[in-house]
Amino acid sequence: MSADREMRTESDRRELRRGAVTALPLAVAVGLFGVSFGVLASASGGMGGIPAVAMSMTTFAGSAQFAAASILGAGGQPAAAIAGALLLNARYLPIGISVARFLHGGPLARFAQGQLVVDESWAIAASGGGRFHGSRLIGAGLVLWLAWVGGTLVGVVGGDALGDPAALGLDAAFPALFLALLAPQLRSRKSVVAAIGGAAIALALVPATPAGVPIIAAAAAALFGLRR
Amino acid sequence: MSESWIVVLVVGAGTIAIKSAGPVLLGGRALPARVQGVVALLAPALLAALVATAALGTGQELVLDARITGLAAAALAIALRAPILLVVVVAAAAAAIARLVGVA
Repeated sequence: MSADREMRTESDRRELRRGAVTALPLAVAVGLFGVSFGVLASASGGMGGIPAVAMSMTTFAGSAQFAAASILGAGGQPAAAIAGALLLNARYLPIGISVARFLHGGPLARFAQGQLVVDESWAIAASGGGRFHGSRLIGAGLVLWLAWVGGTLVGVVGGDALGDPAALGLDAAFPALFLALLAPQLRSRKSVVAAIGGAAIALALVPATPAGVPIIAAAAAALFGLRR
Repeated sequence: MSESWIVVLVVGAGTIAIKSAGPVLLGGRALPARVQGVVALLAPALLAALVATAALGTGQELVLDARITGLAAAALAIALRAPILLVVVVAAAAAAIARLVGVA
């Protein structure tokens, strides 16, 4: 029994290390992505440096954080920024459910492990056929979290040294970034329809509603997913 | 409390709740297929809305300016499989150049 448990601990440790090592090249990209969040969140006048770092530590989800910073930067209400960011993070509900069976420990341990689930750590932990390595997910998640928070910190500190955001073209950075996040999502016809619908709804509402509201309303385009 | 902190705290708490719901409460159960279908389309719908409003929206107006040049450059970089940071830098540089030469 105890030998059996020792073997499991040993293999868990090996998987943890493997997850961390696999995540290292991604951590470089995630770290640089964090730098750009730090720069944009503090430079666009939308959020401020310390809240940006706190958000990276707690929310740990790139697209939602950029969405919140972008809506606040455009003068949107906090409620609009909150709704937009949480709708983007709704995907972590099914993602969390998919890995639930493969996490170990009591409720508190599972709660903590759930926080380390991001798109990249989830992909690294996938071992095919809907199965996941719990320990590999944790190793990868820890490395990616450190890179994301560290990168944000660097961006916040370095961003203060930059000049006028518009002259630097930083206002073009947000749409470019969202396009880069959108592109890999457009694999199915349904997601293309949802994207076109979302953009159309948002543009139609810009002249009529306060900033941020067009983004939330665009979520209605996802109802297309009810169709079989 | 400033508006930024309210957003940071509520989004943080909400995301933590969403991420832990599966592992803590729902064990191995799955969401109904129709709910999953809608959730899967939330990201493309919202991200496309963010592309459109961040590229064209200025307050409550739709404005064509240097950001479109940046977005076109970004699309080209994405098509060439550039990493995300390079995409952003290319877009910012293209917009800054367009402004500098007075195209937009």
